[in-house]
Amino acid sequence: MMDRSEVLDILERHKEASGQLMSILESLQSKHGYLSQEAMELVAQETGRSLTDIYGVATFYKAFSLEPRGKHLISVCLGTACHVRGGPAIAEEISQQLNIEPGGTTPDREFTFETVNCLGACALGPVVVVDGHYFPKMTTSKVGEIIAKAKTGLDAVEIDTDKRVFPVEVSCAYCNHSLMDPHHMIDDQPGIRVTVSFEDKHGWFVLSSLYGSYKIESMNPIPRDMIMHMFCPHCHAELIGGAKCPECRAPMVPMIVRGGGVVQICARRGCKGHMLDLGGGTLE
Amino acid sequence: MVTLHINGLQVSQEKGTTLLEAAQFLGFPIPTLCHMEGLTPYGACRLCVVEIGEGPRARLVTSCTYPVEEGLKVRTASRRVIKARKMILELLLASCPQSKTIQDLASAHDVKQQRFKQEHEDCILCGRCVRMCEEQMVAKAIGFRGRGQDRSIGTPFDEKSEVCRLCGGCMFVCPVCELRCTYTDPDKAICGGCGNHSAVCLEKPQFDDMMCYMDPCVACEIENIKEIKED
Ligand code: FES
Ligand code: FES
Repeated sequence: MMDRSEVLDILERHKEASGQLMSILESLQSKHGYLSQEAMELVAQETGRSLTDIYGVATFYKAFSLEPRGKHLISVCLGTACHVRGGPAIAEEISQQLNIEPGGTTPDREFTFETVNCLGACALGPVVVVDGHYFPKMTTSKVGEIIAKAKTGLDAVEIDTDKRVFPVEVSCAYCNHSLMDPHHMIDDQPGIRVTVSFEDKHGWFVLSSLYGSYKIESMNPIPRDMIMHMFCPHCHAELIGGAKCPECRAPMVPMIVRGGGVVQICARRGCKGHMLDLGGGTLE
Repeated sequence: MVTLHINGLQVSQEKGTTLLEAAQFLGFPIPTLCHMEGLTPYGACRLCVVEIGEGPRARLVTSCTYPVEEGLKVRTASRRVIKARKMILELLLASCPQSKTIQDLASAHDVKQQRFKQEHEDCILCGRCVRMCEEQMVAKAIGFRGRGQDRSIGTPFDEKSEVCRLCGGCMFVCPVCELRCTYTDPDKAICGGCGNHSAVCLEKPQFDDMMCYMDPCVACEIENIKEIKED
């Protein structure tokens, strides 16, 4: 079950700054997929915080789960935009097909189904995210197909088709403002410019728009493995969705691709996790 | 020192005093529920609302958490305040009709109806016990858990706490899980038994107050006030 040393490792990394409970729990959550009682007790012991506080925080945020999750995570957006476009009917359908309530996990630990409030892709609503893959403009009739696809593994399909290198043009999922910066070229292409913050640092961050290239430039040097928060430089909304990186379980940063679809990159510095869904292409 | 006006009276108070303390200093009563001397103000129950400011900018704030401000105009019993207070009491009654504290407060504030769906909770999340446990007993055995609808108070994982010393402080300060109001009709939210004049102790003089466990008792207090007025 839980590996003590893994937890201690995470605690060691967060040692410097006090008041880092959130990031400790975040790391634990992404490592194990949930917060086990033992893990929380160990955190309490090592940080000298009371278990009551830790438990309070862990149960307060929806980002933390106290129960082991299923292999596949299905999130249905019930944010305002998706709600009016029929999100609840889709949630209902998934609930019925999997025979679990939102927040539940199937007894065979295959699927966890949850509802979320806005995934940051309102223009594509109603949105369903399965294992980090966005399915835009969902209908109830597609539900069965998606569940079947998820079982065979959406990631497996994705990775070999994404080997090509091509430039993408992206915009903010909230305000739809283009994130391309023609004044900042990387790989001879306009870079994608966002604002990042981590620890107490805040600054610009430009990444290559070549899909498959990992070149970046940043105002502040970013330590490896740091999980960054990215913000739209125009509307200042945090670019964050419900999805987790398939490789390191850090949150994924969604951006809208011009011409339809969503590209997601892992928020962890140095992790190469990324995904591209072009206009529901995975369904064709 | 900060000078402000409370119900038209000018008062100077140390910086950092709360409006509640300032009003109490002048003798203006403000009902409180989650507030307790010795515990940090929390502002959960909203019962202590007062109105500050003037004209269209007047607004309600919780006096137990609001610090005195230079030149502030405070009204502790304006029509708006009374209305808000009654509403809050009604809502409290809707969730915890068996709390004697709440029933007494309702009687004292002349709450005559309870228009909401009747529930029978045993906690109003005022956080007194949580603060007691943390601040006075330095144990932190209990805390808030979850959020929104699912918010509750208890120990982590609902397990017996290792840091709890069974001091009972949490129960001592709880305004809800204390002695139950044992009104006859469980579906009728407002009891008013202690508040109305048919209380047994008043009708039958042989019940001297030695026999009464209702302390403080609204009925006695109302009776006292009447006597003072008559004199
Ligand atoms: S409301 Fe569903 S993505 Fe925003
Ligand atoms: S006493 Fe001020 S909010 Fe409860």
